[in-house]
Amino acid sequence: MIDLSTSYLGLTLKNPLVPSAGPLTRSLDSVKRLEDAGASAVVMYSLFEEELLKEERMLDRFITNPSLGHGEADSFFTPHPNYKSGLDAYLEQLSKIKASLSIPVIASLNGVTASGWVAHGKELQAAGADALELNVYYVAADFNQSAADVEARYVNLLKSLKQHVSIPVTMKLSSQFTSLPHFVKQLEAAGADGVSVFNRFYQPDIDLETLGLTDKIGVTSSKELLIRMRWIAVLFGKVKLSLAATGGVHTRDDVLKLLLAGADVTHLCSGLLLQGPELIGQLLDGVSAWMERREYESVAQLKGSLSQQHSSDPVAFARESYIRVLDSYTPVTKAWQ
Amino acid sequence: MTTGQMVTMDGNEAAASIAYLTNEVIAIYPITPSSNMGEHSDEWAANGKLNLWGTVPEVVEMQSEGGAVGAVHGALQSGALSTTFTASQGLLLMIPNMYKIAGELTPTVFHIAARALASHALSIFGDHQDVMSTRATGFSMLSSCSVQEVMDMALISQAATLEGQVPMLHFFDGFRTSHEVSKIEKLDNSIVQAMMPEAAIAKHRLRAMSPDRPVLRGTSQNPDVYFQSKERSNPYFDAMPGIVQEQMDKFAKLTGRQYKLFQYVGAPDAERVIVLMGSGCDTAHETVDHMLAHGEKVGLLKVRLYRPFSAADCLAALPTSVKKIAVLDRTKEPGSDGEPMYKDIITALTQDFMSGQGRYAQLPLVIGGRYGLASKEFTPGMVKGVFDELSKANPKRQFTIGIKDDLTHLSLDWDATFRTDEEAATMKAVFYGLGSDGTVSANKNSIKIIGEETDLYAQGYFVYDSKKAGAITTSHLRFSEKPIRSPYLVGENDAQFVGCHQPIFLERYDMLDMAKQGGVFLLNTALSADQIWDTLPRRMQVQILEKNLSFYVVDAYKVAREAGMGNRINTIMQTCFFAISGILPREQAIEKIKYAVEKTYGRKGRKLVEMNFTAIDMTIANLHQVAVPALVTSTLERPATVPAHAPEFVRNLTAIMMEDRGERVPVSLLPADGTYPTGTAQWEKRNLALEIPVWDEKLCTQCGKCVFVCPHSAIRAKIFSADAANGAPETFKYVPLRSKGYESGLQISYQVAPEDCTGCTLCVEACPIRDKSNTSHKAINMAPQPPLRTPEGENWEFFTKIKDYDRTKLNPAAIPSAMLMQPTFEFPSACVGCGETPYIRLATQLFGDRMLVANATGCSSIYGGNLPVTPYSKDQNGRGPAWNNSLFEDNAEFGLGMRVACDSLESYAKSLVKRLASQIGDDLATGLLTAVQDNEAGIYEQRERVAALHEALKGIDSSEARAMTDMAEYLVKRSVWIIGGDGWAYDIGYGGLDHVLAQTRNVNILVLDTEVYSNTGGQNSKSTPVGAIAKFAAAGKPTHKKDLAKLAMDYGHVYVAQVAYGAKDVQTLRTFMEAESYDGPSLIIAYSPCIAHGVDLAYNLRQQEMAVKTGHWPLLRFDPRKTEKGENPLKLDYSAPSMPMQEFYSTEARFSMLFRSHPEDAKRFLQEAGYNARERFRHYKELADLPGSAPISADTPES
Repeated sequence: MIDLSTSYLGLTLKNPLVPSAGPLTRSLDSVKRLEDAGASAVVMYSLFEEELLKEERMLDRFITNPSLGHGEADSFFTPHPNYKSGLDAYLEQLSKIKASLSIPVIASLNGVTASGWVAHGKELQAAGADALELNVYYVAADFNQSAADVEARYVNLLKSLKQHVSIPVTMKLSSQFTSLPHFVKQLEAAGADGVSVFNRFYQPDIDLETLGLTDKIGVTSSKELLIRMRWIAVLFGKVKLSLAATGGVHTRDDVLKLLLAGADVTHLCSGLLLQGPELIGQLLDGVSAWMERREYESVAQLKGSLSQQHSSDPVAFARESYIRVLDSYTPVTKAWQ
Repeated sequence: MTTGQMVTMDGNEAAASIAYLTNEVIAIYPITPSSNMGEHSDEWAANGKLNLWGTVPEVVEMQSEGGAVGAVHGALQSGALSTTFTASQGLLLMIPNMYKIAGELTPTVFHIAARALASHALSIFGDHQDVMSTRATGFSMLSSCSVQEVMDMALISQAATLEGQVPMLHFFDGFRTSHEVSKIEKLDNSIVQAMMPEAAIAKHRLRAMSPDRPVLRGTSQNPDVYFQSKERSNPYFDAMPGIVQEQMDKFAKLTGRQYKLFQYVGAPDAERVIVLMGSGCDTAHETVDHMLAHGEKVGLLKVRLYRPFSAADCLAALPTSVKKIAVLDRTKEPGSDGEPMYKDIITALTQDFMSGQGRYAQLPLVIGGRYGLASKEFTPGMVKGVFDELSKANPKRQFTIGIKDDLTHLSLDWDATFRTDEEAATMKAVFYGLGSDGTVSANKNSIKIIGEETDLYAQGYFVYDSKKAGAITTSHLRFSEKPIRSPYLVGENDAQFVGCHQPIFLERYDMLDMAKQGGVFLLNTALSADQIWDTLPRRMQVQILEKNLSFYVVDAYKVAREAGMGNRINTIMQTCFFAISGILPREQAIEKIKYAVEKTYGRKGRKLVEMNFTAIDMTIANLHQVAVPALVTSTLERPATVPAHAPEFVRNLTAIMMEDRGERVPVSLLPADGTYPTGTAQWEKRNLALEIPVWDEKLCTQCGKCVFVCPHSAIRAKIFSADAANGAPETFKYVPLRSKGYESGLQISYQVAPEDCTGCTLCVEACPIRDKSNTSHKAINMAPQPPLRTPEGENWEFFTKIKDYDRTKLNPAAIPSAMLMQPTFEFPSACVGCGETPYIRLATQLFGDRMLVANATGCSSIYGGNLPVTPYSKDQNGRGPAWNNSLFEDNAEFGLGMRVACDSLESYAKSLVKRLASQIGDDLATGLLTAVQDNEAGIYEQRERVAALHEALKGIDSSEARAMTDMAEYLVKRSVWIIGGDGWAYDIGYGGLDHVLAQTRNVNILVLDTEVYSNTGGQNSKSTPVGAIAKFAAAGKPTHKKDLAKLAMDYGHVYVAQVAYGAKDVQTLRTFMEAESYDGPSLIIAYSPCIAHGVDLAYNLRQQEMAVKTGHWPLLRFDPRKTEKGENPLKLDYSAPSMPMQEFYSTEARFSMLFRSHPEDAKRFLQEAGYNARERFRHYKELADLPGSAPISADTPES
């Protein structure tokens, strides 16, 4: 019997497949289906800072302070006592999900400003979250901010959140850091229990019909895996915090490669949307079969075995591989070349 | 005796709180100013609040007040305790049923926020015309004078009606009492309980219709017994005054507040007495106290129970010393020889006198006066004026007080500077704000804080203007150690505190007229304390110096911005008030404001709480006292309200109203019959927009879409020959016309009215043209208004004077050319980005010069016809829509009447033409009689013929010729438009609408469908879609919107269309053309995004597009002319729903909020909405795809 268990954010998980924040982690039904299919934990859909603010402003403008200022009407809506804010609805859903699942539940906070919204982490913890994922979805497009400023934003938000919670916190990162290893070290020093690589930003597209922009996010493909794999491999063993790979995990091979590179868990989202929760079972079977064939005993055994630290070809993860790729435009013989 | 908790609330809440506790069925329908009572009840029921018997009252919204009273009647007959709330026209609609309820001796209380009636004009304001119209119904009538009394009398009336079986009207003055916020003693439930007569309730239940005790009620009677039966109930009415007094006495034991049927206040040996009822009693009470203290022998008789009128109690309350009595009626019965209460008092006195054993050896002199119509101010000075009149040897027997009647000279003079000692001792504050800046809510909050956190009594009254966008609010606040009995506005030179929350008001209003010597003036301005002085108008500087005012400034918008609150300045200005006034210690005040903020937002708005806290903390640092220089430095005078070239009527009357000085207008200046000139909105330059659109003439393709979507007709297009532009201002833009089909050399200009534009941005949104190198730049772009105001103002002036292009050469069916037709509906005071007004503007562009408009009461009648100005205007030939508003409920019938009249007079005119044919010339006569007027050219030619007819008639002297002169205009086609909202079309006026549709008359019915009662504050109508939250549907509307189009199509002969101009403009334009050209009834149902949807109207066009794409709003046209041709009359102008309903629902608070309060229901409703949209499309599609039927002909078999 292959031991698929893994340790992530100090939690012992029965396997490394963790559905990430997405549509399937919204409803109780679909979360249950994910557990039944074999998920070892779930990351709940994100609580968005802007969404909370937008909703509060909407409430203020149309209900609390409509300020219409004409004699016949001073408001258009009467607030219903059952009305729950986005935060309360999230907390309630979190509690419900937590109560109905036996696997750990990781709540997700998504926001970018130091306005104090991370303080809500405390309430997520109280509502039963086993860990938190802090998703600083920040597009660094401000000409006045240096790289250091951008990094400081992450670190400060993390520190601020850590002040409010005692459960583990993982940071979901963008792929666009100048010196990722150095930055992850900083996060570790600031108290991060893990990092999750990488966030996918909504990429604006141009509609040639309207000459306007569209910003729909599509599903991922396995092609997006490689950049994640590289940085997991680089980070593995050099930092103590947990490593999660997110974005582009669709197949058994994707999972195995990430584990070999050093991921503690692999997140799933698009794959589940495309193929349904049952994908988890298929992946687990595939991973087990592969490991069995290769006579691996446990995930722990293979985890990071092809990381930069342990790889027989450590340069493959660094700049030299680029030169080699350019030099020899021939089919690669080794896994990373 | 229980001392209740002190609370601050307004009269409506006070009445509703008791009505709710003591009833089981509440039937409601919105009408100002009583809507809030229904809204409170609905809200409490939705919250599960229990009544005295531990149940949640059933609150049902009906389709009209007639419906509401019917439901109440039924509920009462079936054993429930039932009530309703209404006012004005609503009460009139209840009258038929009130006779029934009273005739059947059924206990109930109707709570009325008494309001003026629509006669020469509608008015939403308070007086007793409505309740006085119900005198004959048999209802008892009990009047309350103040918010405290409203709560008390609500209970006393409930107890009395149960005991006496005679139903009661409990009324209080609309707005003055219904909307005054006051600190009162709340009646504890135990008191309410103690007042409820168990046995009487049991008796009511037993009298209910029951199959276990079957009876017949509501018979039809014959001459033999009807009369006697009518007399049979006399004992009940005779007993009622005694019963009411008993309940008042019982109430006194419980609360210590003793009321009398007729309550006398004043000197026991008074010789002069005033008699009145309603809120004026408090004013008179305060004045009488003052006069007594100054040694005058005067008195006041407050009438509480007006019906049944107990003459004995009335006279018993009057001192025998009385020599002269003035009876004041807050009503007018034109043509009578005295108002009703005046006559009641005279009758009581004379009957008593005639008995031979009367109280008076000599009858006192009784004079009668009218006061306070439509919330006209009634002040201590006026009360004193009446007493002064009584002092005269020969006082006026009939008089008015509060106005200047220079026509029939009925009005009394009064001393406007007279103040009572009591009034002088109260702290008073006046605040000027915009409706949108939160000034009123901040002041309500301050009153709550002071009322509930200190021993001070507090009163707040809020004056609104009637505009939907840029409305001005004035808040009048009083604080005092003693209960406040001053139901009138803070007077000139009285306010210790004057707050101006908008710097633009400096150039408009003489705010410091209100300031008291040594008072405070607080100004919100972007200028600093050392810059502000020199920018003030001269008069203001003089007043600050002469009145020795302390002057403070704060840049509240800066604080709000920096605190992340956008343009919300309410808490900032509130903090300033507390910081300066010292009414509470500063720290304590700040703590209380913060507490109030927290209470307001709670968990639902935690970020807002933080932002408000930041703003409050920042405010003190940004509040600065101005070191007032010793000298007046300013030469700025307030600019003239209207320019010298404005019409005389506008200069003499309209301008005075615009300046908020209409109070000073004497009777003779006003039209006798409510007729006003159109084209007046152009004189009211409101300068609301911070940014206005600027035309890029080089980029523009001249498509006209910007003109098409403009809700305020503030952007226009015109074509003209190049020489017409001679002498144009330097910055006036025009370019060669691109369109083909016109003579060469024509120029076109798109011009913005910079001071009338509201800055809604919809024109920019609609513009399809982008700069190829910079797509953010369109052919029209927003730019700051201030630097453009003067140059564009000049350009606008020039533009409007250019001769309009010949309409007969324009193609009205294409948008670019149709938009060259000038609108005769401009600058309505509708909301910024209003979804209704573009439809009306379009109709006037196409048909304005021949339009008659019947307008249902609602938003469109308010922005259409609320004084001082009207947006309906005239073209360069002086033609334009003639407009009238009859009622809410009868608009379709009203419009039909217009059509029938036009048809009848046209026939008459034609018959005259025939009779005069030989004299005017046969050719002309034939031309006139056979004219085809189905397009602009045809109408133009007929007008030419009519001109020729007038010319020809000049030489003929006969009665027929004179009649022909008068009737000639009816030979030109008239376009009758019946316009109203969904509240009218789907609910209160549906019966009439349906009837008009069933006729064949040529009327054009335009339903501006906002899917909710917009004007009265967003109540649910039968047009409200499933899953939408609205007032009276707090848990989401559970049923689908009525498909009015389908119902109308069912007739077969009605032209029916659904349009959404933001989704498909061409379809809208075509619909208007088709509907108008159809010689029969046409119904256009127009989707009109409204701020009541809970979405910023900057997204108006997007919302329309989504509504159509999701199938929420089908676009279709049903043209009976096609049936006649054997074609399928139905044409769908939309495709199968292509957008998930959820995408639309999530953008509007009316839908999205339900997902937070009732997520499961919301999901189900959403699913139903999506399903319904798809199914409706499928159904319509099948209908539209059917082959046409062969039209009926002589050969069509009968069976």
